[in-house]
Amino acid sequence: GLVFLSSEFGVDQFQEELVIRPLHSGDIYASFQFRTLWDTDFLQERQKVSHYRLFPKSLGQVLSKFSVRELHISFTQGFWRTMQWGQPFIPSPPGAELWVWFHDTVSDVDGNWKELTNVLSGIFCASLNFIDLTNTVQPSASFKPLGLGNATDHRFLRYATLPREIVCTENLTPWKKLLPCGSKAGLSVLLKSEKLFHSSFHSQAVHIRPVCQDEQCTSKAWELRQTLNVVFDLYTSGQGKKEWSLFKMFSRTLTEACPLATSSKVYVDITDNPELSPATPLLSQAVVLGDRRTYSVFDLTRAETFGQLRSLNLLLRWKGDSGGMLRPLLHAERYVAGFGLQTGEIHTVIYNNHPYRAFPVLLMDSVPWYLQLYIHTLTVTSKSRDNKPSYIHYQPAKDRHRPHLLEMLIQLPPHSMTEVTVQFERALLKWTEYTPDPNHGFYVGSSVVSALVPSMVAMNTNFTQDQPLFSSFVPVKEESSYFVRVYTEPLLVNLPTPDFSMPYNVICLTCTVVAVGYGSFYNLLTRTFQVDEPSLPLAKRLANLIRRIRGVPLLA
Amino acid sequence: MGLLSDPNRRKALTNLLTRLNAPICMVCYLAAIVWFMGLAFEPFTLRTYMSENAMGSTMVEERFSSGERALSLAKEFDAHKTKAGGMPVEWLVKAMQARGLEVFTQSFSRKLPFPDENKERYMVRGTNVYGILRAPRAPRTEALVITAPCSPGNSNNQAVGLLLALAQYFRNQIFWAKDIIFLVNEHDLIGMQAWLEGYHHTNITGMEYSPLQGRAGSIQAALSLELSSDVITSLDLILEGLNGQLPNLDLANLFYAFCQKLGVLCTIQGKLQRNDWDTAEGYTHAAQTMMLMVLKQACGRSWGDHGLFLRYHIEAASIRGINGFRHYKMDVATIGRLLEGMVRKLNNLLERLHQSYFFYLLPSLSRFVSIGYYMPAFGLLAVILLLRVSFPGLMLHVCFSVSLQPSGPGVLTVLTPVVISHLTGVALYLLPVHLQEMAVEHFPVSETEAVVLTAVAIYTAGLALPHNTQRLLSGEGTEQGWKVLKLTALLYLAVLLGCTALINFSLGFVLAVTLVPITASMTPHMPKALSALAMVLLSPAFTILYCVFIYQELIEAPVSVSEGWMLFLSVISQGILDHALYGSLVYPLLALFVYPCWLMFWNILFWS
Repeated sequence: GLVFLSSEFGVDQFQEELVIRPLHSGDIYASFQFRTLWDTDFLQERQKVSHYRLFPKSLGQVLSKFSVRELHISFTQGFWRTMQWGQPFIPSPPGAELWVWFHDTVSDVDGNWKELTNVLSGIFCASLNFIDLTNTVQPSASFKPLGLGNATDHRFLRYATLPREIVCTENLTPWKKLLPCGSKAGLSVLLKSEKLFHSSFHSQAVHIRPVCQDEQCTSKAWELRQTLNVVFDLYTSGQGKKEWSLFKMFSRTLTEACPLATSSKVYVDITDNPELSPATPLLSQAVVLGDRRTYSVFDLTRAETFGQLRSLNLLLRWKGDSGGMLRPLLHAERYVAGFGLQTGEIHTVIYNNHPYRAFPVLLMDSVPWYLQLYIHTLTVTSKSRDNKPSYIHYQPAKDRHRPHLLEMLIQLPPHSMTEVTVQFERALLKWTEYTPDPNHGFYVGSSVVSALVPSMVAMNTNFTQDQPLFSSFVPVKEESSYFVRVYTEPLLVNLPTPDFSMPYNVICLTCTVVAVGYGSFYNLLTRTFQVDEPSLPLAKRLANLIRRIRGVPLLA
Repeated sequence: MGLLSDPNRRKALTNLLTRLNAPICMVCYLAAIVWFMGLAFEPFTLRTYMSENAMGSTMVEERFSSGERALSLAKEFDAHKTKAGGMPVEWLVKAMQARGLEVFTQSFSRKLPFPDENKERYMVRGTNVYGILRAPRAPRTEALVITAPCSPGNSNNQAVGLLLALAQYFRNQIFWAKDIIFLVNEHDLIGMQAWLEGYHHTNITGMEYSPLQGRAGSIQAALSLELSSDVITSLDLILEGLNGQLPNLDLANLFYAFCQKLGVLCTIQGKLQRNDWDTAEGYTHAAQTMMLMVLKQACGRSWGDHGLFLRYHIEAASIRGINGFRHYKMDVATIGRLLEGMVRKLNNLLERLHQSYFFYLLPSLSRFVSIGYYMPAFGLLAVILLLRVSFPGLMLHVCFSVSLQPSGPGVLTVLTPVVISHLTGVALYLLPVHLQEMAVEHFPVSETEAVVLTAVAIYTAGLALPHNTQRLLSGEGTEQGWKVLKLTALLYLAVLLGCTALINFSLGFVLAVTLVPITASMTPHMPKALSALAMVLLSPAFTILYCVFIYQELIEAPVSVSEGWMLFLSVISQGILDHALYGSLVYPLLALFVYPCWLMFWNILFWS
């Protein structure tokens, strides 16, 4: 019966993986990836998929109902410090990010998008329902599908970020529930919120896309990747010692693999020769992000990994100076220049630290409508010379309807700093449009810099099943370069804000000004003036009467 | 509103105002002075209270205990500073990096318009060092700043020591929601200005600086530390910033609340609080404290590093350690705890500080006078100017003369002195700095003296110039002419003082107190010599001189006349420097507007 079912509805398999990378700064980076592959197609018209085994049903139903071709959602608390930590395996911006490619049969994309965000909001217990047309854009080049299919019509793409979204345990629990083993067994026992949220950086994501079933790519499979990245701090979690263990990081050790997993591995980056115990003979090399790294591999499906104690507690110790900064090949940052509440200038600075290679980057900026961009002030300068972008896609904002979208292809000269500036004016909102804490400021989501960065070593282009998960997320097309996406920090911008606590004073003042000032002024303007003859005293008037009769000149 | 629209009653009112004009003006003036002095009387003031919920009800526990370490760091810093002969940049960078901060430096240079003799600097070149404590799981959108100026000599080392010790302690805590920037700035305000301009990528003062590499989003609040002694007996809070701007009162409340909590002796304007408001001494004490605040605010300069933040809408205050009250000794750890508490509460803020007052005067740390209470004092003075506009015959006369003969000689006779007065003002504003080289060539003075003495010379020359020129240009002045001029001048002064008082109450009030009585009563028919003397004695320059003497008296460091004169000259040079270096507006305001306005009245006196 089981064999029949699986051939009818496709084979599914589950892999789990944890990569631990000691960082130059003394912090430690742990990256979890859980992959469920299912050889089926939700979008087929004729057969309705209703039997779920490893793939979470809640997501499967959403995919088929809204005709989703590809879905990427991430929740991040904190900012990835590229200058100290290098590049992450899968980058994500602070807050929530959601981008979805819909199937090209969808007629009402906006309607589907609206409903989808509301459903996802329920599934992940997040405020994704705040995504609406005012913060959704359709990037033309920055977000290409990562899975099968060469969809290029960006009418079917929707992208939105919520930079203010706070990520906490209530988002972690539903995310863990999507795993086949939940948090009961396997690597996911390490995911305890009291430790995950005692860290410098926390990011969890779900990526769903169609992939090839095999190398020949004859049929399609659905891939669900759940990733969780966390960086523990040297000082607040590590007591200032570059000495980490699984127990110190997660207050748990590993005792078994998830029984449903076909592969369950822990990779530890030993390229910089840290002391590692227990030692493992299993080594693996992988080319990740333009760099050849060596990993010790612990296979949790094998009993000997856990040793005598039936528990695996990795210990990692290294030395080295932690003060300095790294020089990642591609790096970007952003800030608001100027002061006062009328105008300002957004500066985006992109660094190419490659000593001799120039390469192009795609910069995408989505700015809310209440910052009114003066696009004629847009300047791009590299090495204090004007740098003309070879491609510009700009969609102006419509007040209260849609944000600005600016995409540019910029060539970065070798070893240079490129500065993109654009001035803006802060809009005065209607008083009901202010958020509950208006004096906190308003957020502008991160800009996205996507690039193919020249690689120092040859990238691995052949597709194999047993490649580690962390190195196989983004398909590598050519050996000489690798894909990097860098998110800048979001901006917090203060808008002119009325004093909401003083409506009474305002009413009183306005009424007084109108009544006294305007009233008297209006009165003076509309009145006709005439010179008033001084009235004479009674005696003089009588005298004048007599004088008039007598014909003598009158008294004044 | 029948009072204004009914012609009979309006006439009655006008008659009353015209008949009793002088007595009413006198009463207003006295009432203004009395009102102002009454502001310091405790029953008339309000008790300060914390308005911001995020800082009020939340409890924080202060645990900082490395006071000894702070002092040893201060010694180390001192040693390296002496060795480097200035800011020990490398040592600081290493020290901050070792404490887990992201460290950046900024170099800057500035050529002053003329040498600053008080601080002995002309070509200023320096480096700011700052380290950013990145808050865990925060997206770099908000920051707090703690600064310690690195001053020459062996002052302020303890502040740098405490800053580093605090950085180390703060780095190990998990509760930060905002990034914290620890800044050590060289050449006090100039370094601060360079850093702020770099951070906000503006250039308003012509400073040369290298761009900043690390930022942490929008700065919510800043504290500046000044500790120059191992033994600290009390802490002084300094609020007055550039152009008389003040930080939100909640920042002062926060400081006061923690001083109370930790039992730290705190002062404002260097004056302790007294509890005996009902005695004469108690009142005098409060009045002196308030007067000091008014004088400091009126001069429009930044009284600490914090003052430059205010332009950027960042609430900031300076905390200065004082070693003067022998019986109350406190250790550095207590100051550290106080700062820890303040920073933690600021860290709790959800919004920028905006709940409490931005316009206030403080007769003591626990009492404040809000804008609603002090504005009537100025209003009473401004009313005098408006009443004088309706001075018998003036308004009516002018209205008729202008409407009956629009192209008559009246307009021209008025325009000439107005233009000439303002040209003199422009000369007073531009020439001192631009003519310094010529002055140095021809006279045996230094550049600074040249600038100040040129300013004084132009000011004095201005007294002779206008009425001569007026006579030269348009012959005999008419009775009508001076009335039109007086009307213009009165309205001008009223608008000028009104605007000034809205922005910087203290400056507006001080100017009004001296300018209003003489300008309101000025006519050409008064005894020339006596009125001229009175006018000169109540001119803007003499106002500054009086302020110098009063200020010295209030800080209990009285000076002799010659010392006062030297101080007066240095105040002028500082005013010009503050304008050039930080964009203080008091010097241009006085030179371009107040002085010409006063000259217009001077013209009336010598009308013939």
